[in-house]
Amino acid sequence: MPQATLTGQGRAAAGLALEIDPDDIVAVPLRHPWRWILAVFLLIGFVSLGISLWQNENINHPTITEFIFNPRILSGVLLTIMLTVVAMLVSSVLGVLLAVMRLSNNPVMNTLAWLYVWAFRGTPLLIQIVFWGYLGLLYSQISMGIPFTDFTIFSIDTNTLIPALTAGLLALTLNQAAYSAEIVRSGMLSVDEGQYEAAYSVGMSPVFTLFKVVLPQAMRVIIPPMGNETISMLKNTSLLSVIAVLELYTVATQISSQNLRQVELLLVVSCWYLFLTSVLSIPQYYLERFYGRGKARSLPPTPFERLSAVLRRTPINTHRTDSQDVS
Amino acid sequence: MTGATPGTSNATSRATTATPATGLDVRGVTVEPLLNAVKVRKSYGGTPVLKGISLAVNPGQVTCLLGPSGSGKSTFLRCINHLERIDGGRISVGGELVGYAQRKDRIFEMNPREVARQRRGIGMVFQRFNLFPHMTALENITAAPIGVRRISKQKAKDRGLELLDRVGLASLAQSYPAQLSGGQQQRVAIARALAMDPQLLLFDEPTSALDPELVGDVLDVMRTLAADGMTMVVVTHEIGFARGAADVVVFMDGGVVVESGPPAAVLDDPQSPRTRAFLDSVM
Ligand SMILES: Nc1ncnc2c1ncn2[C@@H]1O[C@H](COP(=O)(O)OP(=O)(O)OP(=O)(O)O)[C@@H](O)[C@H]1O
Ligand SMILES: [Mg+2]
Repeated sequence: MPQATLTGQGRAAAGLALEIDPDDIVAVPLRHPWRWILAVFLLIGFVSLGISLWQNENINHPTITEFIFNPRILSGVLLTIMLTVVAMLVSSVLGVLLAVMRLSNNPVMNTLAWLYVWAFRGTPLLIQIVFWGYLGLLYSQISMGIPFTDFTIFSIDTNTLIPALTAGLLALTLNQAAYSAEIVRSGMLSVDEGQYEAAYSVGMSPVFTLFKVVLPQAMRVIIPPMGNETISMLKNTSLLSVIAVLELYTVATQISSQNLRQVELLLVVSCWYLFLTSVLSIPQYYLERFYGRGKARSLPPTPFERLSAVLRRTPINTHRTDSQDVS
Repeated sequence: MTGATPGTSNATSRATTATPATGLDVRGVTVEPLLNAVKVRKSYGGTPVLKGISLAVNPGQVTCLLGPSGSGKSTFLRCINHLERIDGGRISVGGELVGYAQRKDRIFEMNPREVARQRRGIGMVFQRFNLFPHMTALENITAAPIGVRRISKQKAKDRGLELLDRVGLASLAQSYPAQLSGGQQQRVAIARALAMDPQLLLFDEPTSALDPELVGDVLDVMRTLAADGMTMVVVTHEIGFARGAADVVVFMDGGVVVESGPPAAVLDDPQSPRTRAFLDSVM
């Protein structure tokens, strides 16, 4: 605003601001010297670690740059992504189903869901992968018919029905479903009892209430741990190397067994895992924002809004209020 | 007024509305009560909470339930739309048994879908509003008409806006519950109940979670509904509302109806010492 257009009031206010109000606290800010010292030490540590890695004679840097975008590595990356996405999607559906069964008052469903979670959470994932991968050793034929008679509808060779990829996907999905079920269940338990009553009082059926009222609210609680699970899943796909599924880690070990550059290829693979886990936090952020609607008085800003606010040096509103404090 | 009423510690019902099975409306025509509760019993883990409550509400009537804390008012209200199951007695709304089906002389438990269908005709407004926090005010109102009654989205929306207008909140249709004051939330909750076109509306202390200055708006909406002929059962501590809007006031204590009758009689000339003690404490 040009100086000349200042109103009388504006001038008075500007003048007042210059005087120090005796009630204002004028204090020397608390200093934090240890933060600075720690930060400097860490910085020195990281820089020297970086330099030592870079200058290490035993690491062949051209190998890293050669293989990071190698077509075989890229196909491994694609398969890893595919496995993660499919296993997470299917296991989430199964998890919701198991959680609902667990919370239902049908004792059969209840016990079944409990048994499932008990078995799949109680045994190592690695063993489950091997189990599905070598199911052919246990049952060479899978057939469907009437139990205790010779009548069969169809019969199929197990290794044809369940190739390594399917076995791996099956193992990851079934195992994840047990964990997801518990996460979904805790989310559903976090929804207020009054929500069920309100839904029932307007004539909603239990199933409709579940999908329209309970799950959308439970999502707010479910998504952060599910983001965690997705990242675990992404890394756990590497366990499928034991049944020779050609995902990222398997491909890398195959390459390194030929060129004997194990460390370089592990670095290549680690870079990819780090990149993929970082990318995964973006959809999680937007999902949290979506399911948080109505909960906060104003939605938290997106990363882009944050960035532009920093650039414009304006304060951003991250203040959250729960609806509970209204009454 | 005479002192104690000997031998009537349980029920001092007035002759006028002694929980009739059938009543007389103003023209002297016999009408079936819309809500008929007969000797309703309910206990929680061996502790009896309702010990034989009988209440009949005629169409268009407003009945206020008063009583000290823990007397079973909320429990009784929740039994009317089968949020709680009753241990004994009968509750029927619109001539239909609530939660049970009677075939010949046997009683069958209803399945959840049938209960849900019954509840469409019985609206309820809660003390803590219980709006769906992930839906806007308008979505709160239209969710059940669209999802349960399968009304077209446009129709439900028009009706929802009309109802919001009726409770004085037309401009806040797109607000989320967390962005509304308590009084506004409660009025949205009333609109949500009305959207299902219920024949009976239940209110459980609709104003007791509200700041005093917000109570009036909600009570005004309820008075308008009463004047429009809505049949309502209202649990409340607002004696002024009961006096002005109720046709019948029922005083409950310890799981029984102690006294019931027109507001002037029960509120100004209570027969039971328990009623008198309660009224003295709230007025
Ligand atoms: N789910 C429950 N389990 C066990 N006891 C309960 C349950 N709900 C209510 N009660 C008991 O039943 C009695 C009646 O409760 P109710 O909520 O109906 O009282 P109220 O008349 O509505 O009281 P207020 O005016 O405080 O709301 C109380 O003693 C309460 O402790
Ligand atoms: Mg109550």
